[in-house]
Amino acid sequence: MKLWRWLIPLAAVPVLALLAYGFRVSPRDIPSPLVGRPAPGFALSTLDGAPMTLEGHRGKVLVLNFWASWCYPACYEEAPVLERNWRGYRDRGVVVVGVDIQDKREAAEKFVADFGLTFPIAQDLKGTVSVDYGVYGVPETFFVDRQGRIRVKHVGAVTDDVFRKAVDRLLAEAGAP
Amino acid sequence: MSRLIALLAAVIVLAATTLHASGQTAKPVSEDVVHEVAVQLRCVVCQNLSVADSPSEMASQMRAIIRERLAAGESPAEVQRYFVERYGEWILLAPPRRGFNLLVWLLPLAAVLVGLAAAALLIRRWTRRARTAPTSPVAVDAAMSERIRRELERES
Repeated sequence: MKLWRWLIPLAAVPVLALLAYGFRVSPRDIPSPLVGRPAPGFALSTLDGAPMTLEGHRGKVLVLNFWASWCYPACYEEAPVLERNWRGYRDRGVVVVGVDIQDKREAAEKFVADFGLTFPIAQDLKGTVSVDYGVYGVPETFFVDRQGRIRVKHVGAVTDDVFRKAVDRLLAEAGAP
Repeated sequence: MSRLIALLAAVIVLAATTLHASGQTAKPVSEDVVHEVAVQLRCVVCQNLSVADSPSEMASQMRAIIRERLAAGESPAEVQRYFVERYGEWILLAPPRRGFNLLVWLLPLAAVLVGLAAAALLIRRWTRRARTAPTSPVAVDAAMSERIRRELERES
């Protein structure tokens, strides 16, 4: 009889433990299985009509940014950050590349003009590249090292801090320049 | 040198045409199979909707990718594996039955079993009490029954 009295509060312990674990994990934090793996190849063409491939940037630190003109406010916040850092790092072996997804061409061109973006930007009209990279929302940014491996995936607007921390780390690594 | 280039060009053209041909001979894909794969995948921009059920552009692009991969000769399981490789197990609407995920499948079963056992135990205890109750007679001595009789008479 004594045992019974203890059993009910005792049964709550595993339930509480499970809830404590569950509430501590953010459902928005979905770990990408691609981090540490080779970046999937792609062949797109930029808004200017130039070819844009992964192989074309081999040996450089690549910042691959998925965005859309309808993604307000995050994409609007990070556009100046990306442009500023692209200008600051482009002579040090860093390439910033934008991939516009689920968007209209005119809207994308207006976005690029409004922010005066000068780094190469291509549209992924069929969504194949975004699915290849496991993109589930915009903005998402992948930092690819000189060996072509995805090292960091950042979900949400990129800040100066995020950009510099990731890129400086990858630049500091020895690699085929 | 120019002959080498010509040979190279011929090889490339040949490779391209065979590739093209293999693309054209892709087997027709039934929409049922596309649906069967899509219904198991989570629409990444929705809340609890499958790729088959979502009207979003992302989901329609994913259905097109499923169709393309099936047409290229991949099995439904291989297409599903491709999405899991890209998005992790999160993309599957039903978690695979192993490891920590087993909890999701086993916990409800365990809860039902424990509940049934508790109910059976309680029912047995209640019925036993009900059975034993009338068999214990209340001791009434002669003086008491005499008093009850008198009081009843006074009432009437």
